[in-house]
Parts: sequence; structure tokens; C-alpha cells
Amino acid sequence: MFAAIVRDRIEPAEVLARVGADEDGAGLLFVGVVRDHNEGRSVGGVQYDAYEEMALEVLQEIADEAARVLGTDRIAVVHRIGDLPVGDVSVAIAVSSPHRAEAYEASRHVIEEIKKRLPIWKKERYIGGAEEWVAGTTPTARSQEVDRP
Amino acid sequence: MRPILPPESPRSVEIRTLFFASYRELLGTRELSLDLPEGTTVSDLVSTLRARGGAFTVLPTDPAVAVNRSYADAAVLLRDGDEVALIPPVAGG
Repeated sequence: MFAAIVRDRIEPAEVLARVGADEDGAGLLFVGVVRDHNEGRSVGGVQYDAYEEMALEVLQEIADEAARVLGTDRIAVVHRIGDLPVGDVSVAIAVSSPHRAEAYEASRHVIEEIKKRLPIWKKERYIGGAEEWVAGTTPTARSQEVDRP
Repeated sequence: MRPILPPESPRSVEIRTLFFASYRELLGTRELSLDLPEGTTVSDLVSTLRARGGAFTVLPTDPAVAVNRSYADAAVLLRDGDEVALIPPVAGG
């Protein structure tokens, strides 16, 4: 299992190379890419802000959940932060398992949970100079328990 | 003769408060250290921030909050040294 928050470019092939085993008949790679438009506006690039320490913990937690769905620990997820131009990869998720159904389900779990609860924010920079934080999802508290040393 | 005692000072907790993305830009800061009375909850902390006036009044009354890097309910009691982050709606991926 591998989870990371990075500032450098993501090489999807390297993420995929982190999973796979002789017993696996299915390997799946998902990449999220910065696109050139959103809701009718032309986008020139995006900036991701993050609560880095927490984001890494949450990403590991999400990968753990996905591993239970997958039935193997062969899962790698990398999210990039900072300034990204159109066409760059913002997130890569690789999983492998003996059969494809679990792989698709686990990969989907990771991206959906990232959108719901990973403490990362995206600002779109539009062609023409305007910029705006993307309206996101409000995460919900799961319990009243708090980690204290 | 009664012994002379120093006046009892109410105990306080020191909370490190973090702001990100739109909240950081709105407030013009990423971090504030606050001394709050013992017994302060997450919800009290948010009220205290909003009561500072100015840009702070634009903060939601019930924002998502993480205490020590875990999402926490508004009723959670804060302890000395806690790190509280106000979390705007997230947009990763």
C-alpha cells in the first residue's frame, strides 16, 4: 500500500508499477487530469492548497478502506498539490487484484472518498485573469472521538 | 489570621487554529494562537473567532472542523495544545 501527497509531476506509469503480483489478473490505473474548462468557463490552470499532514493521514485511511474492498494491499494513490497547468495529472490511483470487479470497485472508492473528505482545495485560474475556489463538498464529522497524545 | 493567597486565575487552554484556502485568503492568515477558557468547545471557538469582527464574521457559524487532524463534531471539548483546523468545502481529485 502506498499513499503520498507530492508537489512534483506525477508519472502514472510509476504509480502503476507499485502494484501487481503474479496472482493478479487485473491491474487498473485511474488518472485525474486538469481540464481546460469548467461550467462554461475556460480554465488555464489550477492551484491546489492542502492541510498536508491531515491530507496524508486521510489518504492512507481511504487506501486502507479500499484495500478491504480489493482484498489485497496492492493499491497506490498519489495526489499532487501546488500549481498545475491544463493537461497535468492531479491524482493517480493504481490497484491490482486477481479479478477485475474488486479492482474497479476499490479504485472508484478512492476517488469518490477523496472528493468527499480529503482536505485539499482547488482554485481555478480562468483565461482572462479571474480566479475562484471551486465550490466543494463539506466533510462530516464521523464521531466525537478526537486523537490526543 | 487568614493566609494571603494569590487571586485565583481562571484556567485557560491554548489552541492553535489553522485556516486554509478561501478561509486563509479571507482572514489574511494561515494560523492563529488563541487562549480560551477551559471548557471551550469547537462551537465556542468558532463563535469567539466570529466575534473578532471584520472578515471573521464571514466565517460560517458551523464550519467543518478538524481537531488534531480528525474531523470533529461542534460539541467536542478542546484541551490545551489542540490543533483546530477550519475546513472549507473540500475539492480534491
